[in-house]
Formats: sequence, C-alpha cells, structure tokens
Amino acid sequence: MFEDFLYLLRRNGLKISLTEWMSLMEALDKGLHNSSFTGFYHLCRCLLVKSEADFDRFDRAFLEYFKDVPFQQEVSQELLDWLNRPDVLNDYANWDEEQALKNMGLSEDEIEKMLRERMEEQDSEHNGGKYWVGTHGMSTFGNAGLSPKGIRVGGQSMYKRAFRVAGERKFRDFRRDNTLDTRQFQVALRKLRQFSGLVDLPPTEFDVDNTIQDTAENGGLLKVRYKRPRENTVKVLLLMDSGGSMDYYSQLCSALFQAVSKSGHFKDLRVYYFHNCVYARLYNDPTLMSRNSVTTDWVLSNIATDWKVIFVGDAQMAPYELMGGYYGRSNPDGPQCGLDWLRLFRGRYQNVIWLNPSRRPQWGAYWSDTYDTIAREFPMFPLTVDGLEEGMKKLLAR
Amino acid sequence: MNEFKGSQNYVASEELMGAVNIAMVLQKPLLIKGEPGTGKTMLAEAIAAALGKKLIIWNIKSTTKAQDGLYVYDVVQRLYDSQFGGEGVDNIEKYVRLGKLGEAFTDEEQVILLIDEIDKADLEFPNDLLWELDRMEFHIPETGRTVKAKHRPVVIITSNAEKELPDAFLRRCVFHYIAFPDKELMGEIVKVHYPDLDDHLLTQVLEAFYKIRSLPQIKKKPSTSEIIDWIQALVHGGVDPDRIVKEVPYLGVLLKKNEDMDALRRNWR
Repeated sequence: MFEDFLYLLRRNGLKISLTEWMSLMEALDKGLHNSSFTGFYHLCRCLLVKSEADFDRFDRAFLEYFKDVPFQQEVSQELLDWLNRPDVLNDYANWDEEQALKNMGLSEDEIEKMLRERMEEQDSEHNGGKYWVGTHGMSTFGNAGLSPKGIRVGGQSMYKRAFRVAGERKFRDFRRDNTLDTRQFQVALRKLRQFSGLVDLPPTEFDVDNTIQDTAENGGLLKVRYKRPRENTVKVLLLMDSGGSMDYYSQLCSALFQAVSKSGHFKDLRVYYFHNCVYARLYNDPTLMSRNSVTTDWVLSNIATDWKVIFVGDAQMAPYELMGGYYGRSNPDGPQCGLDWLRLFRGRYQNVIWLNPSRRPQWGAYWSDTYDTIAREFPMFPLTVDGLEEGMKKLLAR
Repeated sequence: MNEFKGSQNYVASEELMGAVNIAMVLQKPLLIKGEPGTGKTMLAEAIAAALGKKLIIWNIKSTTKAQDGLYVYDVVQRLYDSQFGGEGVDNIEKYVRLGKLGEAFTDEEQVILLIDEIDKADLEFPNDLLWELDRMEFHIPETGRTVKAKHRPVVIITSNAEKELPDAFLRRCVFHYIAFPDKELMGEIVKVHYPDLDDHLLTQVLEAFYKIRSLPQIKKKPSTSEIIDWIQALVHGGVDPDRIVKEVPYLGVLLKKNEDMDALRRNWR
C-alpha cells in the first residue's frame, strides 16, 4: 500500500526504517486511524517522525503525496454532477469577509464533520452559497470555492485553497537547518569527547566495585583493583573572527562561545580572537587590543599537536587581506601572508575545522574568492546544528 | 480494551489522546517531548488515574545507569554480612534488589511505567535499555534468574530534548510532541485548577500571559505552572481584573529573571 510514500519521505531526508513502516501497517490494520484522513495523518506522524524538528519535512512530503487524493467519503454521483461545473464565473462576487474569517478559525476535524452532516441533508444543487456543498461559494467544502480553508469535493482544483492538515505547516520553526541556541550547541559539542578509557593510560583509579567483588571471592581477604580513569581527553583551541563583517553574526558566535566555555567537559580550552584572518598576533578578547595579545608563534609552539582546532569566521575579506604580503610580516623567512599563517595551523594540527556562520556569497567574485580559498584549505561547515555535528565528527577522525 | 480519553484533572488534546491509544494498542513505548511546563509528567499520572492502574515512576538523573532500573546487586551488604557470619549469605537472591523497571515487570497487574526525563542521563543510556523494553525481560547473571514481564507495562518516556536520543531507540517508540497550549486550551486547563474562576479575570489573565510570551525579548517564557501560580496570587491579592493587562501585578511569579523583567518593562505597552 502506497510504498511510494515511504520512498518520498526518505527522499525528503526522513530516516524511516522498515520497523516503523511495519508498525504503521499494523496500526492501520488495527484501525487506529479511526477511518478519518486527519486520524491517518496523526497516526503516520507519530509513528514515522521522531523529532519535532522533522515535522515540517513530513508535512511537506505528506502534502506532496496526498494533495491530489480526492475526499474519500461516499459521495453520491448526483452531488458530483452538481459540483462538476468549471463554467462558473471566476469572480469574487460571492466573497464574504465575515464568513472567510469564520472559516479560518475552523479546525480540519470540524470541517470534516460538517461535510459529513451536510451530505446527509443536502438534496439539491447549490452554487455560490456559504452553507451547502456547492461550487464557487464561501462554504468550507465543495469545488472552486472561495473560502480560505476547506475540503475539495470532486471537480477540478481551481483556487488551491482546499487545505490538508499538513498544509498549515505549523512546525516550520522547528527545522534543524535553522541556526540554533546555546543548548543545542552544547548538545552538539558533547559529541566531541574521547574517553581516556580508549587511550592507553595506566590504571590509576581505585575501582570500588571490583575490589569488593574480588575481596568477597577471596574469602574476605583484601584484594585491591585499579581501573583506567575515564575522562574526556579532548583539548580545544577556538579561534574566532571578530569585528567587521562578523558583527552580523555576533549573537550566533556568542552563543557558540558560551556553549563551548560552559560545557566544561573538555580537558583544556583556549580561546583567541583575530580579525578577518590570522596574522602575527592573536588576541585574548574580542576587542582586539594589542596590549592584550600573544604572538601567533607562541600559540603555535605552546599548543601541542593533539589539540583540536576550531576556526569560526565568515571567511569573507578583501583578497589582499588573505594573499597580500602587507599584513603582519615580521620576518622574511616566516609566513608572507594571511594564507601562509593559516597553512601553518593546518600543517601543525591534525584536526582542524572551520565553522562558517555565513553562506557562500552568491554575488561578486571579490567576496567568494577568499571564501573558496579557505574552504580548500580547511574542511568548512556551516554554523548550524547539522553543520556543527558534522564538524565534531571530522574533529574526532584520526 | 483500554482507551484513554483524558481525565478529570488533565486536559489532553485529541492528537495526544490518539498517540496514547496508538502506543497502548501497538505495545510500544510512548515518547513525549515538549517545552517545560506542558504537562509531560502529569500525562502519565492522568493515564494511570484514567485507566485505574498503578503508576511506577523512574526519575532519571545524570548519574543514572540503565542497570539501576533493572536490579542492584548489593555486594557491600553481602561482604559485610559474610564478615559476621550472618544468615543466608550463600543466597545471592537476598542481595538482589529490583529497580523500577524490574518492579514494573514483576507486578501482578499491568502498570504504567514513567521513565521521566530520559535525556538527563548519559548519551548511551537509551541504547542500554533497547532489549529490555523490546522484549520486556532481562537476565540476572548473579542468580541465573530471568525476570520476564507478567503483563507488558504501558511505558511513557519524557524528554526535554537536552540530548538527542539514538535512532535505534527512537525507531521503537511512538512519538508525540506537546505543543504549547493555545489560549483556548489554556483556558480549559486553568478551569480544571480553578473551577470557580471569574470569566472576566480569566480573559484578562490569558491576554496578558500570551502577550508576555509573544515578546521576543523574554528569554525564559512563563509556562503553565507559572500562570496557575499567578492566578492564585491575583485572586489572593484581590486584584481588580481591569488592572491586569495594564499593570501586570505580581510579575515576579511569572518571570524569574531580572533581565526578563527589565525587558518587559521596556517593551510593555
């Protein structure tokens, strides 16, 4: 039965497995949809979708698949003939503002119920009215109607207002590719952990459970056991772009900063700031005062190679800021331009990612030039929940 | 057949009732998500009351392990007893105490099991329960006993979405998201708590409440429990209903943060 729907949902990025699909079949078999379309929608949603973030995707797919399914109730041929009237005038003479507002307030269930009642009562053709099932009117059902909400019965779809529950797309705000708040950041950052249990460390921590167990088995004679300490060994170096074009993203970046500093489960964390690109100095705070800075060389030589490095920046600047030899050249043998400095980081650290709060500029090679250059040097991810998760995976890769 | 239709003290939307019934018929755990204060925990109590069944609550904390829900083998007590030659030290069964899940399995009647705030625990926690929730049984290696559910409990799981739950776990659940109640439903909810409340007061309260929630500057939006407390404060203080929307008395009951209060004063018109 409608397996296409399953594949449509999967194409839309919903990871639905056979387990869930079979549950749906079982539920339909047991009649849990209460033989109504709305019931069917809710049943599908609560069995197939497992996060409110995916509700919107589901709604769109549902709409796409079922939009042309005609209203499946027993509709008499006579009623269908009354309704099949594409010749009615295409004007708004029957528009009734008051009725429109009233209809907007009706829920899908109420409309379905009203329709069922009307079909029992109705015995003649009605066009242009606001109560009966008819064409071109203000009632919530019929064909070619003007009501902002309603169910289409028979005929051709003309005004496309006949809604499906899903059509309201109430859950648009929950989508995951939206940018996110601190808590979601924290959740994503928790993925960045590498327990020392996996690392070869000597067992130094006193193991209470096993000591007791072994002592008991040893007839009460003390037998001490040790285990490997289990703690996060990940150390993070966070380098954030500040000022200029980054001001647009200041809220987002401060959310990331708070999440990183609050999460507190990293073994060590250092944060430095730069403007546009890294040159000879890195700054301790976003105001970028030189008296509160360290040399980049110092950072490179003091931060060991097993640190995970996260750059945050929009990677958009004037090309000479990245390629020109104008900035921060302190020694003729050292890096000659911003890009050289970045390459020093890439060369020294095994796991480096670049998080970008901005999309790739669609206009002007001037801005997208530096974006592309940096994206070639570092794995670049958008600063969203999905992007951050992908980035964390990349950082954990060995 | 068991069917849930809301209860005297709990107003459930039709969608929610549908989800509860689907979960019961399909015998799958029901996963409930939603903003704090939308009544996730209350739901289990309401279902238990409506169906006349016993409710077992397993509160999850950050240190909770899946094992704790099944059983605890009290080795320390056993060691202690053995030192003093207490009786029955040979009988391991005596030192095995069942956890909440174990309790639910061994109960003589069908029970409602609430696993509250599952997202508080470690990321791997839900995975460790897959088998037990699927098969409704577990094995105690120390005694060689298998605990099998006499009656499959109705399992309700709540989550605040602090952590993502693993896919394998989600696949086995029926999911429902409780959206924040709209004005109308909130009116009904308030009526359940204060049946004799003056209509005029209620309209004013709801108007002010939803106006506050709609302000984007407010960081911690007031929820259901706050509006209930607020009404109590208003009634107790004998506030004139017409002053509510204009002055928002007893603001401290609704907003718990200084910055939110300042934001409200700046933006209230």
